Amino acid sequence: MSMSKSHSQHPWIYRAIFDMGSSILHILRGLGKIYLFASHFFYWVWRPPYRLRLVFEQLFFIGNKSVFIIVLSGAFTGMVMAYQTYFGFKLINVDTLVGPVVAISLAKELAPVLSGLIVAGRAGAAMAAQIGTMKVTEQIDALEVMGINSFQYLAAPRIIAGTLALPMLSIIFLFVGCTGAYIVGTKALLIDEAIFYSKLGEFMYLEDLLQGTIKAFFFGFLISLIGTYFGFEVTEGAEGVGRGTNQAVVWGMICVLVLDYFLTSFLIRIL
Amino acid sequence: MSDGEVVIQFEGVTKKFGEHVILSNLNFEIYKNKITTILGFSGAGKSTLLKLILGLSLPSEGTIKVLGQDLAHLENLALREFRRNFGMVFQYAALFDAMTAYKNVEFPLKEFTELRPSERDHKVRHLLTSVGIDEFGMRKLPSELSGGMRKRVGLARALALSPAIMLYDEPTTGLDPITSKMVNDLIVDTAEAHKDRGLTSVIISHDIKATLKISDFIAFLDRGRIVEYLPAKDFVNSDHPLVQEFVHL
Repeated sequence: MSMSKSHSQHPWIYRAIFDMGSSILHILRGLGKIYLFASHFFYWVWRPPYRLRLVFEQLFFIGNKSVFIIVLSGAFTGMVMAYQTYFGFKLINVDTLVGPVVAISLAKELAPVLSGLIVAGRAGAAMAAQIGTMKVTEQIDALEVMGINSFQYLAAPRIIAGTLALPMLSIIFLFVGCTGAYIVGTKALLIDEAIFYSKLGEFMYLEDLLQGTIKAFFFGFLISLIGTYFGFEVTEGAEGVGRGTNQAVVWGMICVLVLDYFLTSFLIRIL
Repeated sequence: MSDGEVVIQFEGVTKKFGEHVILSNLNFEIYKNKITTILGFSGAGKSTLLKLILGLSLPSEGTIKVLGQDLAHLENLALREFRRNFGMVFQYAALFDAMTAYKNVEFPLKEFTELRPSERDHKVRHLLTSVGIDEFGMRKLPSELSGGMRKRVGLARALALSPAIMLYDEPTTGLDPITSKMVNDLIVDTAEAHKDRGLTSVIISHDIKATLKISDFIAFLDRGRIVEYLPAKDFVNSDHPLVQEFVHL
């Protein structure tokens, strides 16, 4: 009795709690489904038929076709960072450290994270849109009726390719970013070339490169997993494809940033 | 009713989604070498019935035997292999939009046969020309084909692996009357052309006029129940009020 009275006095509180609970349940359900989707991948990826041609096609799409935007982003990120650190470091007379600071930042964080965000926006969205369109136009049903496992045919090659492509893209980002920083540092900011190189060699280690590459490997897996998952989850025609694509990009980017924190806190201890 | 060898057998089949009953206690048989149409209003459960035949969904109760095999007893991989006994023409053809008409038909042959490229090429061209697609049409993407041509390519693709059972999901939906007639003729011609190897055709439709022309048997599905199942020639004389209403629409 008192309960119902309180209920009617504060309906917005109950509605807010109900909405919050529903949202949490929705997210947990989604996470559970993604976990099951990932389990499917680990189950099917080892089983024949092995579709290497599809993996290479996807590597071309995710990797080669992202190179231009990765090079462009890498170059400007490196150049901007060189400027920003130079004027800060000059105040305390350590402007010769611009090279290693930019290179380490790129290697450990910026190259894998920015490459991840770019691939999530480009390839993750494309994966969701392609698979989603196939779903609403019954092309996935057509595969299933032929006796082809649609997950193995569509998702597995994309996830393998995404996992392999992102570390390579991240390394390209790093290389181009360092080149950009070198050009700005030595030609525009007039840091001595020999000092730039020597400091780079002095402060940068293989572990820095390894940390970024490991991160990129996990980001690539997660982005392609999320992209394909939202593709398979598409319902309700063109509107559903749009929604699925949008969710793939948003969740892909969020997951990259969240996973980056956990990977950093783990890798920093072991490397 | 008995009319030859049974290819698909429904025994007490019920399909529920939660508490919602979609199909209720279905008992009927589909015969070899015949064209059987499942007729019914929208939402009667026709698509669910098709999914049950294909083993894409399992019944909540009862058994479905296809070619003598209870689909519920098949493991995942065995079920996938078993599905190669089916050829399916989808409502909107469901052609792979990144592939040309030729590649669409070649796809199942590449996936499941050991044919040499020249043999495969010969078979693809034969299948496509048999449904009236010329050399020019073969090179087109699905988006460049008309609705009728897409259906024809879909039919050629479905026939590629010489299936025992052809399934047609609303084959004339969205087509103009002339193209509809062409598709219906193609269904009959296909059944005739493959009669010697015992091709069975199952059509899901709500097109009563076409159904009466091309079918050997007609099952009328209403709210998840088969309310009438008769040879096509007797169907118009059914005294079931719903059938009469449908026939005289």
